[in-house]
Amino acid sequence: MTTHYLVLSALLFAIGGVGVLVRRNAIVVFMCVELMLNACNLAFVTFARQNGSLDGQVIAFFVMIVAAAEVVIGLAIIVTIFRTRRSASVDDASLLKH
Amino acid sequence: MNGTIPAPTIEYGMLAPLLVVFGAAIVGVLVEAFAPRYLRSAIHLPITLLSLLISFGLIVWQWIEGVPTKAAAMGAIAVDGPAMFIWGTILVLAFVSVLLINDEGHFVGSAAAVPGSAEEEQALYEGAAHTEVYPLVLFAVGGMMLFPAANDLLIAFVALEVMSLPLYLLCGLARRRRLLSQEAAMKYFLLGAFSSAFFLYGTAMIYGYANSLDLAKIGATLGTVGGQDMLLYLGGAMISVGLLFKIGGAPFQAWKPDVYQGAPTPITALMASGTLIAAFGALVRVFWVALGGLDWDWRPVFYGVAVLTMLVGAILAITQTDIKRMLAYSSIAHGGFLLIGVIATGSAQAQNTSALSGILFYLVAYGFTTVGAFAVVTMVRDAGGEAWHLSRWAGLGKRSPLLAGVFAFFLLAFAGIPLTSGFFGKYAIFQAAVTGGALSLVIVGVVASAVAAFFYVRVIVLMFFSDPAADGPSVVLPSRGTAAVVGLAALATVVLGVFPQPVLDLAHSAAQSLFVR
Repeated sequence: MTTHYLVLSALLFAIGGVGVLVRRNAIVVFMCVELMLNACNLAFVTFARQNGSLDGQVIAFFVMIVAAAEVVIGLAIIVTIFRTRRSASVDDASLLKH
Repeated sequence: MNGTIPAPTIEYGMLAPLLVVFGAAIVGVLVEAFAPRYLRSAIHLPITLLSLLISFGLIVWQWIEGVPTKAAAMGAIAVDGPAMFIWGTILVLAFVSVLLINDEGHFVGSAAAVPGSAEEEQALYEGAAHTEVYPLVLFAVGGMMLFPAANDLLIAFVALEVMSLPLYLLCGLARRRRLLSQEAAMKYFLLGAFSSAFFLYGTAMIYGYANSLDLAKIGATLGTVGGQDMLLYLGGAMISVGLLFKIGGAPFQAWKPDVYQGAPTPITALMASGTLIAAFGALVRVFWVALGGLDWDWRPVFYGVAVLTMLVGAILAITQTDIKRMLAYSSIAHGGFLLIGVIATGSAQAQNTSALSGILFYLVAYGFTTVGAFAVVTMVRDAGGEAWHLSRWAGLGKRSPLLAGVFAFFLLAFAGIPLTSGFFGKYAIFQAAVTGGALSLVIVGVVASAVAAFFYVRVIVLMFFSDPAADGPSVVLPSRGTAAVVGLAALATVVLGVFPQPVLDLAHSAAQSLFVR
């Protein structure tokens, strides 16, 4: 029965992955990364259920904490670049190349 | 599930080197909160340097007492020969990088102020400084130490983030060329978070397969669980994406030049040496201990990645016109050479030991040279900051022969010319690969080295055999810290090149017991 949850987790991960690749706004890109992390959480919890061990549920908590820390750093960086450029588009920030 | 939960045992003595660094980082945060502004950097510097020294001292002491081989903290953190060797290397390189970081004029006064605004001028006028840099560096160093010692995929993920998150911020704190610096921070952050999501999903797949995250238990499960190979292969592939991103293996190398160029140069020095070492330690541990039984499957993949990485690094470096980007591509190429060592395993333990000790020696040699090279970059300056464009370096050898000579020496070490440390690093890895049966890879490696030597020599020719521009960059008189860094790096490059045996022996004895299982 847990297969459905795994399929859902894979779908969420894929949506997040595609979102990172096609979206242009840094905030949205970052939200897609968070979606991928949550897909991982769903997979961990499902496997914990499937394997009959609690580790997966504990891991999900660790991942949440790390994701929260990542939000702090990420928003700080994106807000700084937005204040400088008046734009949060990842296409505009293109001074570094070649 | 009933009954009492036994209290975990934690070997504080063995983990003391890690705890000292993390403890000092937390003290640094408290200093930021409570110490008056004018005292902060005077407090931070001794705390940072002392904690790195004490941690190094503890490692030396444990080493003399007898190298432990144990998975400490309930099997979460491996304290073994390779881990301790890597810890020592990272601590020395971090100490040297902190001396560079301490130099004035690398970091922005107020990162929140918009570049060119009145607030920024005000912050500069008041002499504001982000002294948070020191605790952030300590957290990053702590993460770098934890990452290669993680004996559990969850700890590896947490360590990966503890190492990376401070670095994302530090990348955006350059005083000059702030737009480039902020852009580098954003690119590094978005791509780093993306790749660590892959690492985590791979971890979830492996957990589903093996019902454990412990590397040794995963290794023991391989082949005993039937019908779920898909999970295992998916998991292994995604974990390798996360790890290869951190070492900058092709095709995940695109972030490296941008980030190395945009970040403040002392932070680039720390990243180029410390992150690469930590990530290689973790890569080797995960693929040898947890997925060692799958080597028939991952070896061809790594073979391709190594070839691609070496060629991409060496060929694209030729087209670069920016000194920091060129060094970044050179770092990519060196990552490719190191990957040869990862593949050079065999069924015999002696083969694995010689491959591992080759990797360890290479990491030491490359780490010192690269910190020295970036230290030289901080000293060649224009009116607008460091002179990055290669054309500005023309004729440097006529203007300041000593500095140009030292830089040329570092470049020769990168190229792997005999009598420099780079030669013995490459020799150790190539030799292990030849006895491990990866002769074709060694041939590609030698060809890539020859291509790489071309652009190193091109810079040397530019420095010594072309006329200096009339308005060329000036070479600043280095502070004592920077001079010490360049001197130490040059000394290490010479000593490891002329008299490598003690360090080779040390690496060999570290690799002797291989990884704890």
